[in-house]
Amino acid sequence: MAVAQSQSSGLARFWGGGIHPYGISHKKLGMWLFLASDSLTFAALIFGYAYLRNASHDWPRPFEFYPSIVVSTAMTFCLLTSSLTMVLAVHHSQHGDARKVVRWLVATMVGGLAFLILHANEWRELIQHGMTTRSNPWGDPMFGATFFTMTGLHMFHVLTGVLYLGYVALNHSRGKTEADSVEVCGLYWHFVDLVWMFIFPLVYLMSVSLGSATH
Amino acid sequence: MSEQASMKPMYIVWIWLLIITVVEVLLAYFHVPVTIMLISLMGMSIVKAAMIVAWFMHLKFERVTLVLTLVPATVMCIILLNIVWPDSFRLGLLGG
Repeated sequence: MAVAQSQSSGLARFWGGGIHPYGISHKKLGMWLFLASDSLTFAALIFGYAYLRNASHDWPRPFEFYPSIVVSTAMTFCLLTSSLTMVLAVHHSQHGDARKVVRWLVATMVGGLAFLILHANEWRELIQHGMTTRSNPWGDPMFGATFFTMTGLHMFHVLTGVLYLGYVALNHSRGKTEADSVEVCGLYWHFVDLVWMFIFPLVYLMSVSLGSATH
Repeated sequence: MSEQASMKPMYIVWIWLLIITVVEVLLAYFHVPVTIMLISLMGMSIVKAAMIVAWFMHLKFERVTLVLTLVPATVMCIILLNIVWPDSFRLGLLGG
């Protein structure tokens, strides 16, 4: 027993964390592992999109400067700013200021909702132009399938994130959650922002309308 | 450390993220080969993602053991997805 404890403490010194080698809560570790696996889901979709685009000779470039690029840039601004407000919420949660935590969580939700409204409106316009998952008026029919799948899954993550933020804000205002819960929620929200940093240039900026050029 | 001072790096990161986004949008309107455009945009996206993970998600301030558990495995899995390219080029040669 004593030998086992001695070996255990030696191992603990080596890893610097004893029985908690990562020095974080199980909830936070669970969220990190989920995000690592979720990043592979999005990576697979992004590679799928790039695979089809590279193989295609008439990949559409339907996005005009206005409204598409202006609006998608505004959406990027909404997500980046909501990440900053999330950082502020986590910061105040660690200082025990519940009122400011709830205020910044609500500000983060507003950023997420603004993103969702702008994105839903863009979907509506593309559908009105005749874009479906099977066809579109501009070129390769796979464009619609890949676009709706990738941005749709991302929108679902944003929607889930807004609901998650609302749940944490409500519980925090009632004094039912700890700072750790706000931080874990923040990890999820920043990940949603991170994924958009790849979708925005790959799907939108690589497909800006430059006259009649395709590919 | 005062509240403003401890948050200052986060504001700076946010401003840099916005600046890089504006550069990306401007770059999209340069008439450059698609390969150069792709490498430039994805390079900037990787920098932005690293900034978000390091500062906003606080991974920079966590123990190295957590970083070594998460980052190499995830990056390696994403690199392995590059196995699709030969087939993509084959389809392109067949006529898309």
